[in-house]
Amino acid sequence: MSHTPFILGSYAVGAVIMLWTAIAPIINKRGLLKQLKVRESRMDRNQ
Amino acid sequence: MNPIYLFFHKTGSPPWFYKYSAYLIPWLWAGFIILAAIGLYQGLLVAPPDYQQGESVRIMYLHVPAAWMSMMIYGMMAIMGIIALVWRIRIMEVMIISSAPIGAAFTIIALVSGSLWGRPTWGTYWVWDARLTSELVLLFLYFGVIALYNSFDEPRKAARAASLLSIVGAVNLPIIHYSVLWWNTLHQGSSIGTSGNSIDTSMLWPLLYMAVAFKFYFGANLLSRARLRLLKQDHRKRWVKDLLAEGKN
Repeated sequence: MSHTPFILGSYAVGAVIMLWTAIAPIINKRGLLKQLKVRESRMDRNQ
Repeated sequence: MNPIYLFFHKTGSPPWFYKYSAYLIPWLWAGFIILAAIGLYQGLLVAPPDYQQGESVRIMYLHVPAAWMSMMIYGMMAIMGIIALVWRIRIMEVMIISSAPIGAAFTIIALVSGSLWGRPTWGTYWVWDARLTSELVLLFLYFGVIALYNSFDEPRKAARAASLLSIVGAVNLPIIHYSVLWWNTLHQGSSIGTSGNSIDTSMLWPLLYMAVAFKFYFGANLLSRARLRLLKQDHRKRWVKDLLAEGKN
């Protein structure tokens, strides 16, 4: 039995999970900052 | 004020934490990338195949450090839980809930890579062995902490509940660690311990590089998540508004 697919499979799963775990807060932060800036500019316009 | 007390007071202040953690994150990512590159190169290309496991031993350079991280992070969550409950330090509460998804990710990696290692070595992807089952319970504990936190509207109440579950769930950590000694398991015992190592240095070094690399990854990821959570919780506070106005985010 060749071990290569199991080795590659393990590292691929590891890479995808770690990449997603690292990128998720960055994407969420961008979204949040956008929301906060929109809210701030709306408040400024209303004042 | 005593400089040590002053340091702790400052670290507990969200604006201070938010500002200074930003300087640390790029260094932690750099440390992770360099160490992981060395560890992967040595583990996948330099280290020899095992005389029993063959080439599948290369999965160990991912599986073992991920399993260590899964336990270390939960242990840290339990300690931070005690600090959060006793001293009511909000940064600690934020750190607990920010650690949980990273710990869950490492537990999934440990379970999946272990399963993929088990197929060529044991002839099966899964057995209800004490080590594997207790590691699966750890994953459910991580999910439990995340679910419990999200079930509350008020973040500080949510953090107290999550802290409590983190502390109670820590009872599973010695079960995972000693499961291979307490029960007759298919999973092998520790190859690395305080009393000595049973693996060759050509295999030990890539393992250690990966283990340290994962700690850097955890540090960088934890700080990023904690900063995001602080922004979400404090978005109506003055310091966040000042930050947005200055454009330093």
